[in-house]
Amino acid sequence: MTVQTELANVTPSKLSVGEISKRFESKRRVVQALDRVSLDVAEGEFVCLLGPSGCGKSTLLNIIAGLDSADSGTLLCDGKPVSGPGRDRMVMFQEHALFPWLDVMDNLLFGLKLKPGLSNTEREEVARFYLRLVGLEKFAHANIHELSGGMKQRVALARALAPNPRILLMDEPFAALDALTREQLYGDIQRIWQERKKTIIFVTHNVREAVCLGDRVVLFSPHPGRIAEQFRVDLPRPRDINSVTLAQLSTQITKALKGHLGGQEEVGE
Amino acid sequence: MKRFLSAAAFFAGLVVLWEVLVRLHLWSPVLVPSPLTVGQYLLGAIEDGTLLDASAVTLKRLLFGYLFGIVLGLPLGLLTARFKVCQDTLGLLALGLQTLPSVCWVPLALIWFGQSESAMFFVVVMGTLWSVVIATDNGVRSIPPIYARAARTMGSKGLHTWVKVMLPAALPFIVSGMKQGWAFAWRSLMAAEIYVTILTGFGLGHLLHYGRELNAMEQVIGVMLVIVVIGLLADKVMFSPWERFLHRRWGTQGK
Ligand SMILES: Nc1ncnc2c1ncn2[C@@H]1O[C@H](COP(=O)(O)OP(=O)(O)OP(=O)(O)O)[C@@H](O)[C@H]1O
Ligand SMILES: [Mg+2]
Repeated sequence: MTVQTELANVTPSKLSVGEISKRFESKRRVVQALDRVSLDVAEGEFVCLLGPSGCGKSTLLNIIAGLDSADSGTLLCDGKPVSGPGRDRMVMFQEHALFPWLDVMDNLLFGLKLKPGLSNTEREEVARFYLRLVGLEKFAHANIHELSGGMKQRVALARALAPNPRILLMDEPFAALDALTREQLYGDIQRIWQERKKTIIFVTHNVREAVCLGDRVVLFSPHPGRIAEQFRVDLPRPRDINSVTLAQLSTQITKALKGHLGGQEEVGE
Repeated sequence: MKRFLSAAAFFAGLVVLWEVLVRLHLWSPVLVPSPLTVGQYLLGAIEDGTLLDASAVTLKRLLFGYLFGIVLGLPLGLLTARFKVCQDTLGLLALGLQTLPSVCWVPLALIWFGQSESAMFFVVVMGTLWSVVIATDNGVRSIPPIYARAARTMGSKGLHTWVKVMLPAALPFIVSGMKQGWAFAWRSLMAAEIYVTILTGFGLGHLLHYGRELNAMEQVIGVMLVIVVIGLLADKVMFSPWERFLHRRWGTQGK
């Protein structure tokens, strides 16, 4: 395999979640984190899962990632059942989860080294490509603690992209960042999504963020975790989080969200 | 350079103070020899080879036992961290034995192995082993689970995860455990050498012991100095590189 074929866009995956349920039982309580959740995601679609804390968004994402298993239901990726993690589905976590004992480059190489069929120089070339894509080629040999929060998430994004997955799963990746850095990353992620043609499932509890990024916003309601409502977002891209039309749609979704909650829990806008 | 100069000035000052105190004749020169006498002893002992031979014997014992303790301790620590059964059995044993001052192994080693190299080896291994087991166990337990999860999504599993993720993630703990193990091993070996005469090798502890027997205070102090210097060098040579690496990567407070 050459670097060119490795770097070529892969076809994004189609994902089909069918009636998935998941319960967490501890000594003191039982939580129905997901209750017969069904969701179809098309090839190359950007879907945002939106909902208040505790409604099972991360649980669903982890099940799709293959890190956890569902109690019941089916999960098909391109028609094939998912069993365990795979390089076709990469995850970006809220905490960057970068390895502090490795520098930036070696963090990117971690997943690439587990991918067969490439020489080490080719792997480095691939890693450099993704560092360039997130604008951090100058920081290849920086230590993780030397990076700002936004840069860390960029490296985490590059690390997730490096094995060239078909689906990118993102669990509130920007929640810990300041507004300005976040806005920059909204631009980056939209650009990268269009360039690299991935299916993206993006978890957030920020309504505007969901509307800014998603082709579709899937609203979850808690106890038990269910899909309450879905919204298609047909705004032109790239979208600006501060635009008026986006704000209008956000207000509408926020209202719906509050309706499903009975107005008891707070939601960030 | 500035730090080196201040250190040099400090130690030169100490030696001068020592010389001054000796010249005041507060104590008998038999009890407190002058730095010059100690220096003469050290020079003589270096020239006739006794000091270097003794150091070599001691260091060889120490290194073999220490390395063996680490090689044994690391996997045991991983086991206790990984399996509940191992934690409840081996982990508890390690915790208990680690509180035992390592000198206490000397009598047992003598009865089991007699006055032999094996006894020395055993004492050093016991000094090292438990600290390393406990530190590795603690280190692995304190790793944020997110590292292993992230590694899994990238296709790492089984042994690969243990070697490439768990072990390096636990490194800060492991290094401090290795340091503690070294200190324990060094102390217990000295105790063993001072109390036990062994025909197969004459170590620094023996030299110290015979200094006392002969009432040669300059020998006692000279050997003590050598022991201190070896301890310092070991710290600088063996642990400083690791610690610098940890500080650089983890961004913890550097020296
Ligand atoms: N490992 C676990 N053990 C027990 N309960 C769990 C576990 N993981 C999640 N839960 C419970 O399942 C429910 C859903 O959790 P989940 O993390 O999926 O929520 P979320 O929508 O991602 O929330 P947030 O926005 O706060 O991240 C919560 O009530 C949580 O307490
Ligand atoms: Mg979550």
